[in-house]
Amino acid sequence: MKIVVLWTDWVVLLVLLGTLAYGWKVMRQPHLAVTWRKAFNTATGTSAATVLAVFLVIGLLDSLHYRPAIAGKADAYATETRSVLDDILHQQQTGRERSYSAPLAYQGYEKEATVIDGQATRAYLRLQHGGAHLDQPEQQWAADVLLRTLAGVGLGLLVAAAATALAVLLLARKRRQGLGVAWRSLRRGQVGFPLRAVLLTLTVLAVLAGVMAMLATAYHVLGTDRVGNDLLYVVLKSIRTALVIGTMSTLVTMPIAVGLGICAGYLRGWVDEAIQYVYTVINSIPYVLLIAAVVLILMVFIDNHPDLFPTSAERTDARLFFLCIILGMTSWTELCRLIRGEVIKLREAEYIQAAQAFGVGTWRILLVHLLPNVMHLILISMVINFSGLVLAEAVLSYVGIGVDPSMQSFGTLINTARLELSREPTIWWTLATAFTFMFSLVLSANLFSDAIRDAFDPRATHK
Amino acid sequence: MLQLDQLRTEIHSSQGIVVAVDGVSLAIQPGETFALVGESGSGKSVTALSISRLLPDNACIAAGDVRLDDASLADLPESEMRAYRGGRIAMIFQEPATSLNAVMSVGRQLVEAITTHTELRGAAARAKAVDWLKRVGIAEPERRIDSYPFQLSGGQKQRVMIAMALATEPALLIADEPTTALDVTVQKQILDLLLDLQRERGMAMLLITHDLGVVSQVADRVGIMYAGELVELGSKAAFFSKPLHPYATRLLGALPDVDKRGHLLEAIAGSVPPLYQAFDGCRFAPRCYSATARCRGEIPPMYEMGGGHGVRCFAYAPEAAVPLVLPPLRDIGAGRVARQLGDKALLAVENLRVRFPIRSGLLQRVSGHVDAVHEVSFSLRPGETLALVGESGSGKTTTGKAILQLLRGTAVVDGQAMLGDIDLMRAGKAELMRARRQMQIIFQDPFGSLNPRMRVGEILAEGIQSLRPELDLAERRRRVDDLLEQVSLPQSALTRFPHEFSGGQRQRIAIARALAVEPSLIVCDEPTSALDVSVQAQILNLLKELQQQLGVAYLFITHNIGVVEYLADRIAVMQAGRIVETGESASLLTAPQHAYTRTLLAAVPRVVVGEADAEVLLPA
Repeated sequence: MKIVVLWTDWVVLLVLLGTLAYGWKVMRQPHLAVTWRKAFNTATGTSAATVLAVFLVIGLLDSLHYRPAIAGKADAYATETRSVLDDILHQQQTGRERSYSAPLAYQGYEKEATVIDGQATRAYLRLQHGGAHLDQPEQQWAADVLLRTLAGVGLGLLVAAAATALAVLLLARKRRQGLGVAWRSLRRGQVGFPLRAVLLTLTVLAVLAGVMAMLATAYHVLGTDRVGNDLLYVVLKSIRTALVIGTMSTLVTMPIAVGLGICAGYLRGWVDEAIQYVYTVINSIPYVLLIAAVVLILMVFIDNHPDLFPTSAERTDARLFFLCIILGMTSWTELCRLIRGEVIKLREAEYIQAAQAFGVGTWRILLVHLLPNVMHLILISMVINFSGLVLAEAVLSYVGIGVDPSMQSFGTLINTARLELSREPTIWWTLATAFTFMFSLVLSANLFSDAIRDAFDPRATHK
Repeated sequence: MLQLDQLRTEIHSSQGIVVAVDGVSLAIQPGETFALVGESGSGKSVTALSISRLLPDNACIAAGDVRLDDASLADLPESEMRAYRGGRIAMIFQEPATSLNAVMSVGRQLVEAITTHTELRGAAARAKAVDWLKRVGIAEPERRIDSYPFQLSGGQKQRVMIAMALATEPALLIADEPTTALDVTVQKQILDLLLDLQRERGMAMLLITHDLGVVSQVADRVGIMYAGELVELGSKAAFFSKPLHPYATRLLGALPDVDKRGHLLEAIAGSVPPLYQAFDGCRFAPRCYSATARCRGEIPPMYEMGGGHGVRCFAYAPEAAVPLVLPPLRDIGAGRVARQLGDKALLAVENLRVRFPIRSGLLQRVSGHVDAVHEVSFSLRPGETLALVGESGSGKTTTGKAILQLLRGTAVVDGQAMLGDIDLMRAGKAELMRARRQMQIIFQDPFGSLNPRMRVGEILAEGIQSLRPELDLAERRRRVDDLLEQVSLPQSALTRFPHEFSGGQRQRIAIARALAVEPSLIVCDEPTSALDVSVQAQILNLLKELQQQLGVAYLFITHNIGVVEYLADRIAVMQAGRIVETGESASLLTAPQHAYTRTLLAAVPRVVVGEADAEVLLPA
């Protein structure tokens, strides 16, 4: 086995490390810790964070890549790059059908040509994997699905109960109370932190996941696409793409927007004029055109340099990487303008004048006095931008200039769904699946960013 | 007419339930002015908001009653309350700039108030509006009625607010710090106007203020609030001739004026207790010299002292009264070296002129200048305090900043300023750094002058780091420790952030920061005007003591004449960018030469303690 770290994997790992480092810093700085606690103090915010965390774990599992060794040969690895998530969903990845099949179906969605009793005819054929264990599907299917659903619900509840028990145990130990007391205060929501909401969210998620897991062992829970791929697998793989685009583009945006915004606001004069000019110009170029041009240039570059990108995974990953950079480079103007405005206000603040009276250098004023005081703006717009960028990817892939067509993403899913919706009979599950997952990801990101904004915005009233 | 009976208002906050007003009982008669006095956080504004029921969503009247004539306001449904608000009770607020709608002409706002609460409509309502503008003393009311708020000055806006409040002919006017945001000459006009209108209409007025000078000018009766409670209640004459409550006497002792020049002011140590706790004793006991075990263990009731004069203190209990202990009178610099005034000028400013460029057009070319300061000249000796006095917009802050070279790049500064042997206006980078070691600044707003993201230790070390790079880390640390000791802050302050300190403590940090590079001149830009009287006294004492010890000179920029009388050696009066009069403090204050100085001094509301005032209007 050879561990492969793609470019975007590096980014994911660095972001993870950065977040952990920031978390450590927050713990040590009381004023930051108080504000963050405020962000996690609303039931909506914490529930959204819980959902988001589940998405993040899936994305993370999908970012641990390796190339399996070819059996019997030393130092030779398969060309296919796999992730840990691929291994978990091995059955879904390999259990390919011939073509479309509806969710939980045991036969194809369309009639296919076949030979029955020596006669060529068209009929609904049994699927190779979905419901293959049923002998008499017409009679057994409903009971089997019901049984598996119930088993899934039970499993989910069991997991949730275990999590609740663990929470009660930890709570009781932390507060040095009896288990009964801890349980009662948890049930009444009197623990200071919205633990009850988190546990309820976890219960819902666990039940859904339990049902999916039980059904997925024998069926295609969300149906299959045109070439018979299990949609559950495709959509779970799309999560990483969305997360990478959301975080990495934001990371590219940040330094440009913050650096230029602070400089423009504090230095004023020609620096301000020049920066304003640049962002006005960038703002007036339709960004789809800009991105289309850059993506085309990039594709030519990748095609001309096959030695740089030995596997197809690396090629698609490079395209994703550069797409993020382009998205980031075109979306910094809003934040830059916001920060410039705030800095223009702050530069008149008396503590800045006090620093000037001490003859403190310009760079030190920018970094020590101004940057920390616009940090809340940066954080707020970072979380708000995130969902915007996930949606932007969907739009770009829909137009055909987004990620590589072979890479699973919400955009490509929606793009294929567009054609499928105009078929007769309609293939509805692709769009429904993509919509549900993307909606829950973006909604939870938005709700979480709302909570963060409320906590960090000094103008927000705290009741 | 208005009667508060054991009013208790609670605010639900993240710390728990804050009882902002606790057991306040008072009555106001028609035609009477009742002044509710207290420092910030004493609950005086919440009392006013409780009466008009304009409390924020997280606050409510928990107990007690508010009665206006026969109606109990606390129980009225909101729809009926609306008729009272504006109709029977009118309010004016502190900030005239934000109380008027910026996008409606003042006439329209005035007419709206008139049509809502009276029978007048159309042209009649407009005529009434013009009439009211005339009565509140706005010149050319026919023309001014179509002005927008931005076209009016602060005083005019407050006049319009008064017209709007009174146009509905209310029985009770609640004025919440109506003159705090105004200059002292305008303040006098507005107070006179309010008194005239009140006499004319026989209206009751509840005046909320922190300024004892204003109270002694306009009030008939006075209530002193401390930590949500009314601690003393009485007629103005009785109160100012003999204030009873220890808090009230010490509050009066904290007011700076010319008689207290030789001594330190009566600073009330400690701070107002947080109101989310339950009290089992007198709330002032932790800060009181007379406090005994009884004061700490038993809640004092309001004792009636005759003539409607009540006081909440065991010192006036009919039996087993707690003896009153007088605070010690403290002299400045006892046993220390007397202050040395040098002969040679430390700072000499000649013909200082500051102009701000006006930019216009596509290319933002400079098309003209606004003159902020004209030909200002003065000098300052080492160890001396020069007060720069003037109203807002007179250019005093600009003068200070121009001397500190903080306006380089934003304004055109001409003239000469010599700090020792350094020509400030023409100083190069290295010379300027040398000059900055000798002059520093303390700002007005203790909340805006400290970087909220830096620890106090970092804030104090920054100046040393920048201007004394030769000092190593250990030396720097030692200096920072000394600074904290100089301004009497604990060592534990070093690792904390500014928001963990109160206003007075923050101002101490700001003073320590200015002292960090051992300057010989500190520009104090209104350092106490954002602070409460008792805290102001602490800061003024500190400044005075530091001057004794370190021989530092102050350029003291202020509009507060009391502070000037107390602190300044010499005074320069500024008006519209010019110095109109300079002189030794004593001679200038007693015999002002310039007409403007005389107006300014006459407008200052003064507290007269120990004299019965013959002019008191008793309720009819």
